[in-house]
Amino acid sequence: MVAAIKQPGWIRGALGAIAAAAFGFGLVIALRAISDLPLYQTEQTGYPHVVVPLTLAPLGFLAGFGCFDYWLRWAAGAPTIPDDHSQHGAKSWKDYFRFNTDHKVIGIQYIVTTFFFFFIGGLMAMLIRAELAQPGTQIVDAATYNSLFSTHAVLMIFVFVIPVFAGIANYVLPLMIGAPDMAFPRLNALSFWMLPLAGLLFIGSFLAPGGAFDAGWTGYAPLSTGAPLGQSFFNLGVQFAGASSIATALNFLVTIITMRAPGMTFWRMPLLVWANLSTSLLVVAATPFIAGAQFMVLFDRILHTNFFEFAAGGDVISYQHIFWFYSHPAVYIMMLPGFGIISEVISIHSRKPIFGYRLMALALIGIVVLSYSVWAHHMFVAGMFSWLRVPMMLTTLLIAVPTGIKIFSWLGTLYFGKIHTYSTAMLFALAFIVTFTIGGISGVMLGMVPIDIHVSDTYFIVAHIHFVLFGGSVFTIFAGIYHWFPKMTGRMYDEKLGRVHFWGTVLGTWGTFIPMHWVGMDGMPRRVADYATQFGEWNLLISVFAFMLGAAQLVFLYNMVVSWRFGPKAEANPWRGNSIEWQVSSPPPIFNFDEIPRVVGGPYEFGVPGAKHAIMAGEGAEVPAGEPSVVGAK
Amino acid sequence: MYGRLPIVKMLVATVALGAALSAVMVSIDWDGQQGSTAAPKIDDLLNVMIVLSSFVFALVMVMLFYALWKFKAKPGDESDGEPIHGNTKLEVAWTIIPTIIVLFAGGYSWKVLDDIEEPVKDPMIVDVFSQQYAWSFGYPENGKVWSDGELHVPVNQQIHFKMHALDVIHSFWVPEWRIKKDNVPGITTTAIVTPDKVGTYQLVCTELCGFGHATMRAKVVVETPADFKKWVGELSQPIPPDFLESIKQDTETDPIPLGTGGA
Repeated sequence: MVAAIKQPGWIRGALGAIAAAAFGFGLVIALRAISDLPLYQTEQTGYPHVVVPLTLAPLGFLAGFGCFDYWLRWAAGAPTIPDDHSQHGAKSWKDYFRFNTDHKVIGIQYIVTTFFFFFIGGLMAMLIRAELAQPGTQIVDAATYNSLFSTHAVLMIFVFVIPVFAGIANYVLPLMIGAPDMAFPRLNALSFWMLPLAGLLFIGSFLAPGGAFDAGWTGYAPLSTGAPLGQSFFNLGVQFAGASSIATALNFLVTIITMRAPGMTFWRMPLLVWANLSTSLLVVAATPFIAGAQFMVLFDRILHTNFFEFAAGGDVISYQHIFWFYSHPAVYIMMLPGFGIISEVISIHSRKPIFGYRLMALALIGIVVLSYSVWAHHMFVAGMFSWLRVPMMLTTLLIAVPTGIKIFSWLGTLYFGKIHTYSTAMLFALAFIVTFTIGGISGVMLGMVPIDIHVSDTYFIVAHIHFVLFGGSVFTIFAGIYHWFPKMTGRMYDEKLGRVHFWGTVLGTWGTFIPMHWVGMDGMPRRVADYATQFGEWNLLISVFAFMLGAAQLVFLYNMVVSWRFGPKAEANPWRGNSIEWQVSSPPPIFNFDEIPRVVGGPYEFGVPGAKHAIMAGEGAEVPAGEPSVVGAK
Repeated sequence: MYGRLPIVKMLVATVALGAALSAVMVSIDWDGQQGSTAAPKIDDLLNVMIVLSSFVFALVMVMLFYALWKFKAKPGDESDGEPIHGNTKLEVAWTIIPTIIVLFAGGYSWKVLDDIEEPVKDPMIVDVFSQQYAWSFGYPENGKVWSDGELHVPVNQQIHFKMHALDVIHSFWVPEWRIKKDNVPGITTTAIVTPDKVGTYQLVCTELCGFGHATMRAKVVVETPADFKKWVGELSQPIPPDFLESIKQDTETDPIPLGTGGA
């Protein structure tokens, strides 16, 4: 028993969480007793005896679980326990529930955890559509409805789309650049373990008095500063999700910049690597803004700092500026890694080099730069200084240019290729081009101030965000999962079920989100539990398609679970790819490479006679003159 | 080297598909009834964008489906495609042409924005008060009378709505007018509307403001100046003092919401 308490793990983690919560609770009660205040403050924005323990308990869990052991010993000058790599790799499913520093294990942990939240968020979407199938109130009251769509969005954005890309890249990216692991494996593990805590805080807010947070995922002040306790859960959850993102982004930046195999120049990096480089640049600079914004709201709520309290001289609109300064780049954080996935999939399955590789990479960088200068297009009707609208409109429209370059270059890649559509990954990649083009077009329309004045905060917006986030990001996620499923699990998935999932998802997406454009333009505002009866038939149709979309995801779940367990064994390179991750076994060896590969050419040299991307250990191939021949440069 | 593409045929297909899409899409009445001078301008802009977008979408679809039809691998064909890495002329073209298109769209939008917000010399001022979950309206030029839950305005008269939120953010939207503006606690925001059709409409709150958000509506009546004069003359209640206090406290950070044309 004592040994179990000393060992990092779940028992010590639980004890750490309890101890930290008890400390926080005691501290609040003691301070209030000394100050002669009532021991419990239960105004809905208060509850210090809940908020403080809630802040500390996750930290206590992380410490108990073993996330800080090595660093703390090092910092204290105590002998560190040398990493004997016994924790590397996963031999049974139980190993995924431990603090593990192997990037491949962490990748799987990320993907499975984020899909868990995807299904919970999806269930909420089903409830939302059930309520909206008819005008009036049937299933949930208006307050619960507000909680449902807020939690749905927050789960999907903060603990599904953003981190699932981090999970896919965690697994694939070190392999692609010929690195044995990420640059900071312990930080990598810490990043992952913060994520389920964020998700639990979001979901746990349903238990708070007054219900889950209900001010939308945008949490605009002053609705959020005056909202019930659940809002504080959101403020705190965002901190953990945000810290997780920032640490992962730093990790990717250092890994990509310093750990590429000899010979892998910037212009020989696969586009997925370019995409994650760009995304990480966005995350490290933008994510602190949402962390700050949510701290300001939390402090307004519990410490009366009055950042956004107009009666005390606060500025309401400044919340939106800070929030969108993160949250617009965030939509590219949710899209650029997907662009990378699509480039990999389309190139391999059309047996063609990426058309205009360098322009593709530069377009990513162009999007990064532009995306910092467009945030106020979310605020055209917000009452901000109106001069700001036209410049923000122009930068917003210009973002269509690098995005268009990407679409045309993918199309160009298909030409004179040998297109194979047997893989579900390729189907999703092709459907992504169609769906994302529609989402991009409605985005350009929204960028135009006069049109935005009319459709802002209507169902047109709901249609647009789901076209780009579901038809965009989530399609690329599915493409990525199918594409690397054999690499990650060593098994093949069932292509027949993949096709059922594909068609259910594509038709479900179009059927659900295309009619929303029209009901929005015609006068239906977003975020409403009830609506004018004239929109009843359209909403019923939308709900039917939404249920079909939901059902299709169950096929996906079944396919993944059963194929992972019973699927036929996968070859090392089932899609005949050139990039390095396909040159190692499926799943890859525990330390990725016996010897670091040498990169001698571009990643997409399909059809180029004699071209090679990388020379693997033991291949005995000659390294061409002029290429670095140092192996495994330390 | 490698085969030529039937460029002319593809262009013809694009134009045909684009024209067909445009014809269908433009014929649909997307935004519904028009009720202000801004509405036709915004709808025209939307239609121009729909036509442009239809051709862009048609181009992408023709390019995609031609490639899928023409370059699909035969069963059992494991060979690679042609090693084409790019084409500088093409890449420059699909950088420059979209830039020109979006800048045109931006310029046109800017023009429309300036048009719909062009202030006249003698606008009528109406105060809008929003609170969870009700709208009310003050008429400072008509003896500071107050109307609870019903907005009346004269037709063909430019109105400057001065908006005040008393608790959280709300948003003022009359779909037929195509005009929307947030009501923000602590500041006065302004929307300019010239209603040009007599009728009854609905004012919809479009900013999430709490559990009553979906039902936060008010009746809007656009009537002849004579009818309006009669209606406003019958109002007897003055603007409540705490609402007047709210007007005084609000700062007007952006007095006339012009496009940059006026700035």
